[in-house]
Amino acid sequence: MSTLLRLIRRDLTAEWSSGSWWLPVAFFLLVATLYPFAVGTDAQLLARTGGGILWVAALLAALLPVERLFAPDFDAGVLDQLALRGLADESVAAARLLSHTLGFAVPLLIATVPGAALLGLEQETWQRLVIGLAIGAPGLAGLSVTIAAITLGQRGSGALGGLMLLPLGVPVLIFGAGMLDPMGSSAMLFLCAASLLLVAVTPFAAGAALRAARER
Amino acid sequence: MSGALLLAAEGLACIRGDRLLWRGISLSLAPGDAVMLTGANGIGKSSLIRILGGLLPPAAGTVARHARTAMVDERHALDAHLPLGQALGQWAAIDGTGTAGVHTAMDRLGIAHLADVPPRYFSTGQKKRAALARLIASDAPLWLLDEPANGLDRDGVALTEALIAAHRAAGGAVVCASHLPLTLGEAQTIDMAAHRPSETVS
Repeated sequence: MSTLLRLIRRDLTAEWSSGSWWLPVAFFLLVATLYPFAVGTDAQLLARTGGGILWVAALLAALLPVERLFAPDFDAGVLDQLALRGLADESVAAARLLSHTLGFAVPLLIATVPGAALLGLEQETWQRLVIGLAIGAPGLAGLSVTIAAITLGQRGSGALGGLMLLPLGVPVLIFGAGMLDPMGSSAMLFLCAASLLLVAVTPFAAGAALRAARER
Repeated sequence: MSGALLLAAEGLACIRGDRLLWRGISLSLAPGDAVMLTGANGIGKSSLIRILGGLLPPAAGTVARHARTAMVDERHALDAHLPLGQALGQWAAIDGTGTAGVHTAMDRLGIAHLADVPPRYFSTGQKKRAALARLIASDAPLWLLDEPANGLDRDGVALTEALIAAHRAAGGAVVCASHLPLTLGEAQTIDMAAHRPSETVS
């Protein structure tokens, strides 16, 4: 257990010190900045559609860290060394899931403040967006971790990862955006279910993928 | 050469990419033992090392490891952005061996002056020395070495030989694959070429 905690702390420190956390945030804010250029500055239109576009931005932002989640450790032989010490691949994946959830969700939630301001969202919409992202981000992080493990060691893993991640993220997107509707209270339950499912599957799916990558 | 076995492998075979690389390899290591794996490039020395470490499933046979195992291959497995001392310290923390061992190991490998430098700035030989420092700091009785002399200068090779000798004298065991001549003292040698399947079999 202490090995697992050390691993989580190592992953978190790496995520922080390598600065990889700001990449999804910068992308998220860039989308929020570009959107008014594309559809015009009609405040009503932006306020009505802005929440949805921020959800799309969050889903796309989940794609950016995929190539950095396992590949450096895989290439450096760190994953082999962990396996040599008898640590289960599922544990390695779970540790990565936890550290990436923190490293992805927290900056993203903070970024919704300037993001909502850029699109002129009402405070009520922003609140529903933040709650929805707080529920959905662990699921998206789990998806990133799983896809990162599956595409490990493949050529063109970035493009492949996008093709695999985006369709799987659709349930989170649908129910997350559905929560923005004041009448959409049941969407929140479905969002919880979708996110929970992704989080629960991740350690096993990613663990199996890590094992397959090692034994290839 | 007495005491419980650290490693016992029975009737191993290895298939890579639908091709039978080798078969019929058995070996056992007691404290103080060493096995040298020899053979041409691509004959499957690294695969055997990885099978012995449990990183690759054998196509046939069994591997039983009865001791903590440390491995050095062509990758240093250190966090490239962290100073060497901290990067080694992370493994020492996971292995529960403490930081004193890290300093001793860096001293032994002659890289103590690099403790504050991240491994990404190292030369090939320095990276190999860092990996060997990780090996001895792990304090594991069983060593799996895949080309430990690659990239090392002449002093480094002599140092590696001395490290292996000291490890065996202290009751450790070593499996070493190398195409460079390494003097291991009294050691079993497995010539991988002898375990290649004949053409008719493959």
